[in-house]
Amino acid sequence: MSGRSASPALRRRLWAALGLAALLVVPHLPWGQYVLHLIVLMLVWACVGTAWSLMGRFGLVSLGHGAFIGIGMYGVGLLWNTYSLTPWLGIPIAVAAAVLVGLLIGYPSFRFQVVGHYFALVTLALGEVVRLSVIAARDFTGGSLGMTPKHAADEHVSWFALQFSNKAYFYHFALLLWLVVLWLWVRIDRSKLRTALEAISEDEIAAASIGIHVTRTKLTVTLLSAGLTALGGILLGQYNMYISPEWSGIGVSLQVVFASIVGGMYSLWGPSLGAVLTIALNESLRNAFGTRLVGASESIYGLLLILFIIFMPNGIYGGLAAWWNKRRGPPAPTPGADAPSSASSR
Amino acid sequence: MDFFDIYLVEAMLNGVLLGGVLGLLALGLNLIFGVVDVVWIAYAELVMSGMYVVYWLHAFGVPMVLAGLAAMAVVAVMGLAVHQLIIAPILNTPPINQLLATGGLLFFLQNFATVLFSAEFRNTGVSLPSLRLGDISLSYSRIIAFGVAIAGVLGLYWFLKKTFIGAAIRAVAQDRQVMVLMGVDTRKIYLVTSAIGGALAGLAALLLCLQIDVHPFIGLQYGPITFMICVLGGLGNMLGGFLASFIIGQIISIVGFSISQDFAYVVAFLLFILVMFVRPEGILKRRA
Amino acid sequence: MLELQGISAGYGSFQALFDVSLTVQPGEAVAVVGPNGAGKTTLMRVISGLLPARSGTVRMQGRDLSKVAPHRIIAEGIAHVPENRRLFPRMTVEENLKMGAFLRAAREDFPERMEWVFGLFPRLRERRSQIAGTLSGGEQQMCAIGRALMSKPKLLLMDEPSAGLAPVVVLQVFDLVRRIRQEGFTVLIVEQNVQQVLKLADRAYLLEVGAIKMSGHAKELQQHDFVRKAYIGL
Repeated sequence: MSGRSASPALRRRLWAALGLAALLVVPHLPWGQYVLHLIVLMLVWACVGTAWSLMGRFGLVSLGHGAFIGIGMYGVGLLWNTYSLTPWLGIPIAVAAAVLVGLLIGYPSFRFQVVGHYFALVTLALGEVVRLSVIAARDFTGGSLGMTPKHAADEHVSWFALQFSNKAYFYHFALLLWLVVLWLWVRIDRSKLRTALEAISEDEIAAASIGIHVTRTKLTVTLLSAGLTALGGILLGQYNMYISPEWSGIGVSLQVVFASIVGGMYSLWGPSLGAVLTIALNESLRNAFGTRLVGASESIYGLLLILFIIFMPNGIYGGLAAWWNKRRGPPAPTPGADAPSSASSR
Repeated sequence: MDFFDIYLVEAMLNGVLLGGVLGLLALGLNLIFGVVDVVWIAYAELVMSGMYVVYWLHAFGVPMVLAGLAAMAVVAVMGLAVHQLIIAPILNTPPINQLLATGGLLFFLQNFATVLFSAEFRNTGVSLPSLRLGDISLSYSRIIAFGVAIAGVLGLYWFLKKTFIGAAIRAVAQDRQVMVLMGVDTRKIYLVTSAIGGALAGLAALLLCLQIDVHPFIGLQYGPITFMICVLGGLGNMLGGFLASFIIGQIISIVGFSISQDFAYVVAFLLFILVMFVRPEGILKRRA
Repeated sequence: MLELQGISAGYGSFQALFDVSLTVQPGEAVAVVGPNGAGKTTLMRVISGLLPARSGTVRMQGRDLSKVAPHRIIAEGIAHVPENRRLFPRMTVEENLKMGAFLRAAREDFPERMEWVFGLFPRLRERRSQIAGTLSGGEQQMCAIGRALMSKPKLLLMDEPSAGLAPVVVLQVFDLVRRIRQEGFTVLIVEQNVQQVLKLADRAYLLEVGAIKMSGHAKELQQHDFVRKAYIGL
């Protein structure tokens, strides 16, 4: 290797380091508070979307991921407000709760072969259960009006309460979470778990017959997805300093799904791209319409979604990847180039 | 021991009345799923649209019955549009796409309604007296809604059993490929079914207008529970959906009476999840 | 009446039929025999319009069927009794027959037509209100044929009528087909049961791996080697 230019692996590492350095610098550049705010949101939703796609790409389509967002948020928020329990302890507890709920729903679902439409509706029901439970327990949670975490003693920076008035802190937390989620995605993508899950999504019975433990395999991604989503929700709650049951509703859950699919749910960067595009789109529409015509931007968003599903079911990333590969010549099949595979229908 | 609480009886009767309306909602959704094999996530939003039609016509002096008929017609046309413009292009793609496309429609309808009508709660102002049976008081609005819902169900039943098109609709649900050999254009059947599903939503809109306020996000209240009911009864199984709606109606009413209204829905959804584990096909198996 | 010329068809990259030509004259019973996977069902699907042909023409009484939409083929006078009967399982015998008469022309005298079918198949009359899914194999086949007859077709296509039926029932089914022929119907049958079908057909074609290997009068083919091979145990 002496005297030759850096090997591809080394080059990749250099690029990664440069990329990381660039990312670390971001919050200190003169974007302005508004843009930084959007960037934080994009990162958080990129985390949630990618976490969702850990399940979604294998046919385990959940329409209730808002449930985990809510469990995370309310877990930390309630423990803090009621018992002044520091989020450092609150977070593991809330994440554990989310994972537990994922287990309670996932285990019976997979064991009894609730798949496809039915699994999607079970997750939908779960989202509603969480949302309605929060509303029903209004004496503790503030009901549909939501809840504000109580302010810590120190106005600007409280590591104890994990409350910061400077967005840069949240940026770094979100960035860290995002990198962790991406790293996990890659680890799974390269592991036997992925092959097992793909086998399962093709033909569950055949997979079981060759020794794949279907329930355990599916549960693994489900629990991971639940926990990571809960972390995203916690981050959101701490950042906004406001939590509400609507984060567990069908609206939010659908948006997570849309963003991932729009970006391309089979690829690493797809859900993140989807999150960026969705937020950017929403904000630009909102700015275009201003305070006139409340709801106009969301209407257009809905309309675009419909058009998108009809004309570009592969997602933008998938579509781009397919186009790029066509230019290069006969391609090796790229994950993003397939249409979203069906959750096995019953 | 005063076990026989008269107010419990009242709650049970109200549960029956609620079941009737839920049954009508479930019917439309089940019909479409059974025949076209798609779930319109935005079904409740179609009902919401119908409610606005009723509200505005009534506000301009049109009698409720006519407003209701108009709503049925309008939502029937919406049903046609939904099928032709949204479902038909993606009919042969994985089912998740149809869920998501109608999900996009959900967003669109909710927010477009907000643009047009603002998010305020609106009441048609129709208030009917209550029927008094001893200590029990049942609102006439609910009774009428129940009656009309049952009439709607029976009407649909008659249509499906006695007419050629009705028989064709039932047949398509059982074997769509063979229908071509009988000379049936399945696309037309899908359109007719979608229109009927829309009309049923329009009818439900009238009935709901008698009881609650309309606002753009009311679909969030009735949508998820309607899906649950359909699945509980077996997706596509109209009889099952009907039974399930009465069971759920009872549960919501009784739990609502004993504990709280909010909690009632939590219980209903939890029950749904439990049933899914025990018998994913629903109480009565889906007519596969 | 029916004329296929140079039909080639397939599914995706897989070609199932290669340059198939055959004819059916009015009043005839023509059989297409061949082993599993020969392309017999594909052939039926092309005639019914369920599968578009890649090349070649299908003509019914001189009319080119490629212009006709699949759900209008029945209006051209071709009724198809599908493989495995494909009755509507949760509808009664009577309702299944009703669906056979869906064509506008047939709908009006649906009661008369149903009486006529019951006349041909008295067993169906006994079972008219029975749910089709609960009928025995032979009865289902009877019902499927009856359903196809409701449109008073000029040509009856039968796809493997003996499939999945017990040998005794198979004989009964072929008797049914003979009865239909006596009524004057033209029939094109696709079958794996070579021996039985050649007994009732006028002419036959042998389809193997998507191509017509042999054709001729049924009596001649019966003597042929391949029939003996099939009888012994293909």
